[in-house]
Amino acid sequence: MFYRESGDFKTNYADDQQSFPIKLDRYAVWVLLAFAFFVVPFFINDYWEKSVLVPFLVWSMAALGLNILTGYCGQVSLGTGGFMAVGAYSCYKLMIAFPGLNIFFVVILAGIITAIVGIAFGLPSLRIKGFYLAVATLASQFFLIWMFNKIPWFYNYSSSGMITAPERTMFGIAISGPSAPSWATYLFCLTLVTIFAFIARNLTRGRIGRAWKSIHDMDIAAEIIGIPPLQAKLSAFAVSSFYIGMSGAMLFGVYLGSAEPGEAFGIDKSFLVLFMVIIGGLGSILGSFLGAAFLILVPVLMKNIMVGAFGWPADLAAHLELLFIGALIMFFLVVEPHGLAQLWRMTKEKLRLWPFPH
Amino acid sequence: MDQDNRIGDTLLEVKNISLSFGGVKALTDISFDIKEGEIRAIIGPNGAGKSSMLNVINGFYHPQEGEVWFRGKKRESMKPYQVARQGVARTFQNIALFKGMSTLDNLMTGCITHMKTNIFLQAIWKGPAEREELEFRERVEHIIDFLGIQAIRKTPVGRLPYGMQKRVELGRALAAQPKLLLLDEPMAGMNLEEKEDMSRFILDVNDEFGTTITLIEHDIGVVMDLSDRIVVLDYGCKLADGTPDVVRNDQAVIDAYLGVSHDD
Repeated sequence: MFYRESGDFKTNYADDQQSFPIKLDRYAVWVLLAFAFFVVPFFINDYWEKSVLVPFLVWSMAALGLNILTGYCGQVSLGTGGFMAVGAYSCYKLMIAFPGLNIFFVVILAGIITAIVGIAFGLPSLRIKGFYLAVATLASQFFLIWMFNKIPWFYNYSSSGMITAPERTMFGIAISGPSAPSWATYLFCLTLVTIFAFIARNLTRGRIGRAWKSIHDMDIAAEIIGIPPLQAKLSAFAVSSFYIGMSGAMLFGVYLGSAEPGEAFGIDKSFLVLFMVIIGGLGSILGSFLGAAFLILVPVLMKNIMVGAFGWPADLAAHLELLFIGALIMFFLVVEPHGLAQLWRMTKEKLRLWPFPH
Repeated sequence: MDQDNRIGDTLLEVKNISLSFGGVKALTDISFDIKEGEIRAIIGPNGAGKSSMLNVINGFYHPQEGEVWFRGKKRESMKPYQVARQGVARTFQNIALFKGMSTLDNLMTGCITHMKTNIFLQAIWKGPAEREELEFRERVEHIIDFLGIQAIRKTPVGRLPYGMQKRVELGRALAAQPKLLLLDEPMAGMNLEEKEDMSRFILDVNDEFGTTITLIEHDIGVVMDLSDRIVVLDYGCKLADGTPDVVRNDQAVIDAYLGVSHDD
């Protein structure tokens, strides 16, 4: 009953190609999901919802999206904040225009709108690569934020220039707005993230995922074996933007409740998501979650320890936290440049032969 | 080998191909044909235009003059992926595998032109997408068996030794079930044993799957043994064309490429 893959034999290809080939992994995932869906909602309080679980889920969704584009397809993007803003503003406009619409569909539609915008901004990727593409996507970041600031139609001509989420429901339960119960927003985000994590896994292990990965590894060879680069790159931009748009809609509608583009979706958010993907592991679904957990949960934990346990002043703690997170990022990148997911993969590989070294 | 039954009609024909890059003439007025089921070799000294010729055939270069006829139809100017979809696969002189992906994934990517399920079915996975995946997995496993690479099925190809990578690359090209297989120096940098293995694979592919093969190779011994007909290029011009015996005794070829054995 050790945790390892040796001895877990497969007798057909379907078993060999499932998402979690190791039996204990499979059980662990089901137990974790059961716990998250059926136990946590009964005990969740406002603090856990607002500071820990919902931000973790929202940013996991964004990291999943960017990982599809950067990790799987190899197209570096610094426009994540801008695309999240597109999701948030689509969500807002849809909430206002269709007050009776179930918020689940609002979020999905916001994702679809962002996907279309993503395709448009993905077009330069056919000509430019690497750092140059990153700079081109940076342009989209600044342009989109500028647009949401300058065109009053997007924020419905409100005097503050901010957008505020009205109360919208699902099955008669408020999900957005100030009176939404903690367990409802949590379950809403958890359901979306769970569904779309499985979809991301399915996409990346099949035909389309292999097309993305081959473009990442060697785009010329990919074209010569019959993969149209245009289609592969733009589909990655579309799917990635879809995820990022949904996360933007969740961030604004469910988590923040109100937003102002420069602050909520600034360039620092683009970097935050990129760091999540790099630290978690490029080209790994698990890595997206690990990276989001690292960059969202470790600061919360540190704040609790420094302010709560040691009684240090909050501003000192905030600065120390930045220093410490920066040091940790460097430490992880030196020790394992391929991210936390690779660390986990290595552990599994070691366990395969354990207790023997070779 | 039974020559007459194995070789069929013309599969691909290039007519009067001329290709230049700026002032450099890479190919001048080249014409030859490739018949169905044969092993056709292109040889010549370095810089003779052999790889350029392959790049023209698979649509990577577009010649200024001349025509390519494939399966009896004149081919319009095409992108490489469109040529691949018509059934032309190739390997590269300097291996062009997807290094981060496993052997199995590389081979599965080779099948990609035959896979049809759309993005929504892929997202759901259960149903058509999974059925298609398993169908092609079975086909790929057949190739893995054929090439004897079962043990490295799940190893990222970046970690494999050179000879194995060459073999996986052949496998990826075979996974596309090509009508025409282009091999650019399949034996470059190999030791004798690896060359023997590779030669065996090439003959077996030709024999078992009936695939037409065009290869570039510098090992003259191998070329003369394997191929049915040989084209010799030099400085972008066609020097000779014919069976190994004809080419071996051609004075122009001896002068330009083969040289004279001092034992004679």
